[in-house]
This record gives sequence, structure tokens and C-alpha cells, in this order.
Amino acid sequence: SYTPAPLFAALNFLSHQRKWAQDKEYVGFAALPNQLHRKSVKKGFDFTLMVAGESGLGKSTLINSLFLTNLYEDRQVPEASARLTQTLTIERRGVEIEEGGIKVKLTLVDTPGFGDSVDCSDCWLPVVRFIEEQFEQYLRDESGLNRKNIQDSRVHCCLYFISPFGRGLRPLDVAFLRAVHEKVNIIPVIGKADALMPKETQALKQKIRDQLREEEINIYQFPECDSDEDEDFKRQDAEMKESIPFAVVGSCEVVRDGGNRPMRGRRYSWGTVEVENPHHCDFLNLRRMLVQTHLQDLKEVTHDVLYEGYRARCLQSLARPGARDRASRSKLSRQSATEIPLPMLPLAETEKLIREKDEELRRMQEMLEKMQAQMQQSQAPGEQSDAL
Amino acid sequence: MSKGQSGLGKSTLVNTLFKSQVSRKASSWNREEKIPKTVEIKAIGHVIEEGGVKMKLTVIDTPGFGDQINNENCWEPIEKYINEQYEKFLKEEVNIARKKRIPDTRVHCCLYFISPTGHSLRPLDLEFMKHLSKVVNIIPVIAKADTMTLEEKSEFKQRVRKELEVNGIEFYPQKEFDEDLEDKTENDKIRQESMPFAVVGSDKEYQVNGKRVLGRKTPWGIIEVENLNHCEFALLRDFVIRTHLQDLKEVTHNIHYETYRAKRLNDNGGLPPGEGLLGSVLPPVPATPCPTAE
Repeated sequence: SYTPAPLFAALNFLSHQRKWAQDKEYVGFAALPNQLHRKSVKKGFDFTLMVAGESGLGKSTLINSLFLTNLYEDRQVPEASARLTQTLTIERRGVEIEEGGIKVKLTLVDTPGFGDSVDCSDCWLPVVRFIEEQFEQYLRDESGLNRKNIQDSRVHCCLYFISPFGRGLRPLDVAFLRAVHEKVNIIPVIGKADALMPKETQALKQKIRDQLREEEINIYQFPECDSDEDEDFKRQDAEMKESIPFAVVGSCEVVRDGGNRPMRGRRYSWGTVEVENPHHCDFLNLRRMLVQTHLQDLKEVTHDVLYEGYRARCLQSLARPGARDRASRSKLSRQSATEIPLPMLPLAETEKLIREKDEELRRMQEMLEKMQAQMQQSQAPGEQSDAL
Repeated sequence: MSKGQSGLGKSTLVNTLFKSQVSRKASSWNREEKIPKTVEIKAIGHVIEEGGVKMKLTVIDTPGFGDQINNENCWEPIEKYINEQYEKFLKEEVNIARKKRIPDTRVHCCLYFISPTGHSLRPLDLEFMKHLSKVVNIIPVIAKADTMTLEEKSEFKQRVRKELEVNGIEFYPQKEFDEDLEDKTENDKIRQESMPFAVVGSDKEYQVNGKRVLGRKTPWGIIEVENLNHCEFALLRDFVIRTHLQDLKEVTHNIHYETYRAKRLNDNGGLPPGEGLLGSVLPPVPATPCPTAE
């Protein structure tokens, strides 16, 4: 039977450090990473992945291959005549995956209709809006009173599919990437890469890299590996980076190779493409870099760089003195709701939100007063009011 | 004429069809190569010879088609070009001193390349074929078919055929022009089973089982262009060149050109287009017989 390789079990990387904690000769704070690890495993892991690119590039198949799911089973692709006037929609699909004790809540964001129409002008705007809306929501939540359960619906990564049938990035690709590159981590991939012979793949990758540079599009930069890693690891890491954009092939069919080992592949009359064969495509590289090693970094860059950039732009646009100062951010959140600059455009919405927060605050104050009154009445000493 | 977005292998296929470098291929992955901002029409003429038969072949390419963000009406330059050739022929026909053999620059066949998405036709494909199937013979072809398994190919073809039918698009060979039962039977089979032809083109040769074959070499196998188990290139070649070449010309002359001519005469009040008084005095010109193959 076919047992798929573990994906998220790589998040379990700190297990070897447990030994330290038990050694009596040490103070024991070397066990701290272990504690952090256990806490994060308990909390579970959220990740939002956007998949974009014109239809017919194997996006759904690849996602199913990456996460060993059947997320797109009941999908209906509309006919061409129906798509003549279709506008772009944003679809979200959630799946909970558990592996090696680690729970991952994966949200996939799809953009059906992208690049389909005869006139695709501005078709990327709904996508940009969607990404910004998630930032807006997070900013609102972060500035709010109850921050215990902030849901992070921000898009942590966008896999952008480039056609293997073209001669590199097309005008639509460039327009989309330029619209989103400062707002989301972009990992470019070449879909249906089994359309290409090895030399063609190399040439196409080089062309795309050149175009990305010329158009000044910033894709996600996989971080440098630590200097204390061994040479083998460094070499492997460099090779993986050089294979970007990843030329991928996906499949949900299991085939048998020459040695009768079952594996995912595509069977043609002239041979069988093996999805997990590094000589056939970069699927393994993509899976390793996206899922096994860089999931956390993608979230961190989204939060520390992309979100912060959005936030700074928003606050600056309100032109409040000191609003830019990071130190004053925590001060702001302790002030009353009316003074929190909730940076949302248009202005009417901001005012509406301020009013809502005002209401909330007033209700809470009333509740607090009521409880304090009750306490005094019942005269129960030492009872703590923990209502808030 | 070959049509379709850039990168679908049109030039390579045309070269393979005629076993010579008749289509100007932008050198692969030329760094300076830019997608043209508007649709261009590039016509290149060649004389090729086989078995003592000479053929003057003109290949017309349309770089830029479907490549922009807004592709609305991008078929218009092409429709215009085709009609211009009809107009040229018509002007020659109505001349007082006519050439014995009117130079025929009309487009006899338009190969339309469909992207192998595996889903269905794209809105642009529909729009183009709807407009152009009325003025020229369109042969739809599935490009770069080596990305589809046998099952996927068969399902995709069925869907494409159905979509074309539902949208009233008649590709060549059109049902209404079948001359007799023999034609109809032969063409029915092609229309309902083989077309659109799923093709792969290549200008490189490899050694397979002791033979040199045109193909594409991948780490998982060699795709042989002329192997019917691999793709339908041989079917397309036989269809266009070996069996229906003359018919393509006849349908162009007897049907498409006549339609254009009739429309022009009607617009002109039943008179041929001409210059000044002389043009309005002459009676309508009878149609010339179809020029035979050279």
C-alpha cells in the first residue's frame, strides 16, 4: 500500500533537545525551546495559502498532491461560453490535517476566473483587495479590546502559476505580480512542467528570473542557511534556491514504476512522469521548502514585514503624530477606544467602527459597574471581579 | 495561417508539417524578444518541391494574438487581412485586361491552436472562431498535446467538439459542403472522432529503435511526432496535405470568396467595385473557375 511521506512532522524538529532538560548538571533553561515547541504544538498551526494563475495550469492537482487531499473533488469548471462574462471570485477552502501529533489548519484561497476573460484588465484588483482586507481585519483585531483569540486570516503565501506554454512571464503575469508583491510572499512555479524538455525548462526559468529582475518584482526570499550547517546541507539549500521558479507536476493517480513501487505519477504512451522524482520535476523541492522548512518563516515575514508595511502605510495616511512610533503602539491600545486610530478607508467606515467600539466600551463599563455594585451589596470580601 | 497565443508551438509545427524551415521561428528564448503590443501579420512565401510537384506555400503567422491583458477584438486585424486578400482577388477578377492566372494570396486554411488546459475552450478561442469561421476554413488543433494522457485527451476533445457545436461554430470540413455521400462518411468520421487533432511538433531528431525520428526527449521517454500512439500529427499532415489540400482551396474559392464577392456586389448596388464611370457601366462579372493546383 502507498504510505505518503510526512509533511508537517518536520515541525517537530526540536525532539532531540529533550535530553538536555533531564541532565542534572545544567540549570535547565536549555529546555526552553522544548517548552515553546510543546506549547506551539498544542496550539496548532494555522496557514493560509493562496493559489493564483490562469486556469488549466494544474493548480488544483498540485495542491491535492502537496497536501495529499482531495480538496477539489466536487469542483465544476464552467464552459467557455459561461466564462465570457465571468468576474473573478475568491474562494476559500479549509482543511484540518493532523500528522505526528501536529494539527495544521490549512486554508486555501483560490482565484477562479483569473486570466480567463477576453478582457482581463484589472482582474487582479479583487485579489489585492482580498489580501488587504485580511490585513485590515487583523489590524482591527490587534487594536481591539479582546485580543485573546485573534484569528489570523492573513495570506501567508501565494503560489503563482506560470504557463509552461508561454515564453516567460506574460503581461498579465507581470501586472498581477506587481500588484501583490509587496503584500504577500510570492513563490512562482511553472505548472504542468512535463510539457517541457530539460533544456526548455532551464531556459524558461532563466527567462522568468530575468523578467522578475527587470520588472523589479520581489518574490519570497528563502533565508540564508546558518553558517554552522554542514556543507552537504548548504549545497542542497543552494541547489533548491537555484531551481526557482519551481517546475512542478502534480498527480492524484498512483502508478507503479519499473521496480513496481507505487508512486504518484502521470502515465503517457511514451513513459511515466514521477511526481516525486527530482529528475522529472521540482515537486519535492517545492514541498520541502514550502511545507517542511519554511512554513514558519513565511508566517513571520508576513507578520513582521508585509503586515507591518501595510500597517505603517495605513497609520501614516491618517497623519497622526507619534502614530508611527512602535513604542507608542502598546500605549495606544491601553487608551480608550475613541482614541485608537483605526485606519480604515473610507472615512465613514472608520467612524462607524469607532462608534461600535465606543458602544462596546460603554457596555463593558456598565457591566463592570453593575458587578461592583453587586459585590458591595453582597459584601463578600476577597472576591475578585474577573468578569473582564 | 497559424493562430493562437505565443508559445503554443505554431512555428515548430508548421515547420514539421512541411519538413522544412518555412515558418520563421523567433529564436528560442531570445532575451530581447518582446511580445508585440498589437497583433502582427507576418506572411512568408516559400517554394517547396516533392516528386516533381512544386508548391508555393505561404505561411502567415500572427504574433501577439491573445497575449495582451485586454484581448478584445484582437481578431479584427486578422479578419481584415483575410478580407483584404479577397478584395485583391476580386479587383483582379473585374479587370478588363485580366491576368491569365490571377495571383492567389487568399488564405486557404487557418490552423487555430488551442491551449491544452484540459478543461475546455477559452472565451477568446470561442470569440475568434465564431467570427472567423464565417470567412475562412478553420482547422482547430490542440497544441503541445504531450501534456495530456490518453484519457485526458479524449475527454478534452469531446468537450471541445461539444462546445463548438453548441456555439454554432463550423470548423473545416464543414458539414454543409460535403459533396457526396462518400465525402460525408469520410468527413463525418474525421469531424466526430479525430478532430481537433492533438499534435506535437519538433524539429529535433532522435534515435529510436534504430531509426531517426522527429521527437521530443524527456527524462521519462521520447515522444515521437509521427507515431500515432503518441500524437495525431500524422493525421493532421495527411488531412491537410495529402487528402484535402485541393478541397481547402475549392471551399475557399467557391464558398468563402463567393460570399465575400456577393456581399461586395450587394453593397455596391449589384455592380463590381471599380474606378469611376467605367466601373458603374460594366455588367456584373461572372465567377471564374477555381484555379487548379500548380
